[in-house]
Amino acid sequence: MKQVETDIAILGGGPAGLAAAVEANTAGCRVLIIERDDQLGGILQQCIHPGFGLHEFKEELAGPEYAQRYIDMLEQTSIEVMKGTMVLDMTPKKEIYAINEDGVVKVAAKAIVLSMGCRERTRGAIKIPGFRPTGVYTAGTAQRFVNIEGFMPGTRFVILGSGDIGMIMARRLTWEGAKVDAVVEILPYPSGLVRNKVQCLDDYGIPLYLSHTVVRVHGKDRVTGITIAKVDEKWKPIPGTEIFFNCDTLLLSVGLIPENEASKKAGVKLGRTNGPEVNQFLQTNVDGIFACGNVLQVHDLVDNVAIEAKKAGRMAAISVLEYKLPNITAPDAVAVVPGEGVGYVLPTKVNLDVPEELASETGPVKVSLRVKQPVEEVDLVARSGETVIYKKYLKHARPSEMIIFEVDFAKFQDLQIETPIEVLLISREAKDE
Amino acid sequence: MSENQEETEGEVIQENAGEVVQEKKVICVICPNSCEITVKQMPDGTLLMEGQGCKRGEQYASDEFLAPKRTLATTVRIHDAFIPLLPVRTSVPVSKEKLNEILDLLARIEVTAPITCGDVIVENVLGLEANVIATRTLGVDTCTKIACELPA
Repeated sequence: MKQVETDIAILGGGPAGLAAAVEANTAGCRVLIIERDDQLGGILQQCIHPGFGLHEFKEELAGPEYAQRYIDMLEQTSIEVMKGTMVLDMTPKKEIYAINEDGVVKVAAKAIVLSMGCRERTRGAIKIPGFRPTGVYTAGTAQRFVNIEGFMPGTRFVILGSGDIGMIMARRLTWEGAKVDAVVEILPYPSGLVRNKVQCLDDYGIPLYLSHTVVRVHGKDRVTGITIAKVDEKWKPIPGTEIFFNCDTLLLSVGLIPENEASKKAGVKLGRTNGPEVNQFLQTNVDGIFACGNVLQVHDLVDNVAIEAKKAGRMAAISVLEYKLPNITAPDAVAVVPGEGVGYVLPTKVNLDVPEELASETGPVKVSLRVKQPVEEVDLVARSGETVIYKKYLKHARPSEMIIFEVDFAKFQDLQIETPIEVLLISREAKDE
Repeated sequence: MSENQEETEGEVIQENAGEVVQEKKVICVICPNSCEITVKQMPDGTLLMEGQGCKRGEQYASDEFLAPKRTLATTVRIHDAFIPLLPVRTSVPVSKEKLNEILDLLARIEVTAPITCGDVIVENVLGLEANVIATRTLGVDTCTKIACELPA
């Protein structure tokens, strides 16, 4: 068995892995990226639409173009890349067993950055009745067919789920000559970004059916039609509200699942986002294993992935070169929990007993969250018991848009470890009463 | 059309309604705030706006009212690369009305590897003062092709 040693092993060469690698390398570490695909860039390779890197590069780049910037940067460094390599196992001692054309490779690392991203939720995960004909694809698979491999998966489409990939594919398929009859969303509001609804659906007159779902896939060998129906508040289809579409393909854009199989093998504890639980240093419960990007939490913007990944890369480098960073199982870790109106919040723990030098080096604590449902006129509050450490008025908040805020570490220092920090929304109306 | 379908921003021509010639609601997409901006055109052509959160939003709403523009991103055929398609985009946003014409033109374009990200594929496309540029670097690679030839 081939054996390799490195300071920092990075699992996955998508946008998160690339940014983490560059940062860790800049900090002075030997870095090895392990990538399953034969190419770097991850999902960005097939996201040919523009809108990436507005914050980071001050330009609206296409996905492959954004990835190319990092790949070009990488080539100027000593970062090593193992492509076509699949991680099979990983231990808490940070030994990675992977396989590629040359056989099995053992990588011994001092720190690991998890940046494997997500896979798509499939038909099985959401249980649609009907036969199993050809013509049902996840939106991302269809995106790969159309944008990289060069063929169309159908001619008339219904898209279930108004996530960003689904809406972007609606426009893409229209441009390639297909007819998109409907985008169907079970929730009463679109689950992707407003900009995608405006530019991908409204621009092309593609109807968005909110509070609707697919109730039947017709056809035995090939999809011959899709029936949708309106749903009640409990997401149960309402009889008599069915609409039939004479289409040949159904795309599913029904969510992403972080790929944490390897994380689990190393004993990494997963939390609410199905991603690892982390502290303010993005370190998991296993010393020296960090997480960033979509494997930690599903992001809307690649710029935010890059910021998070750079932090993970820098923290991994600090843990190798300078300090052993505290982890979430330490007795000084105070829990951060989602309260009223908040779906999830990261980090899941904040370690309070941090040397001053480290605290100043790592900067303010960055908190990210998603709200449960669209709200208006609320205060976003982080508090521990009666002590409010952060408060901000929000005119709107939508589940499709991740909220990120920073709190000076000093504000945490006097908090009680036993009292969790609650992050919640307080309605302005409620307060007036 | 379903009753639950989201309302799309309406274009309202207000005849004989005060001084406003034309009014349109624009959802700003510059940032996640998604401001709903109401644009009113006065008889002298000036635009009045309500609801914009910033200068960039004002510019966006004005463009969206007078001449909506989009960055077009699609693919063109490439030979001798490991994939049959090269992703491309317009270097700057172009008139929304011209997108179909550009797509038709690009459907007939074929290039050959190597191509470097940023290479100009079509200069000054349709005279719109925008180039169509490559958004990926694709070297010569005929061994690891994942799909061979596209149908004609």
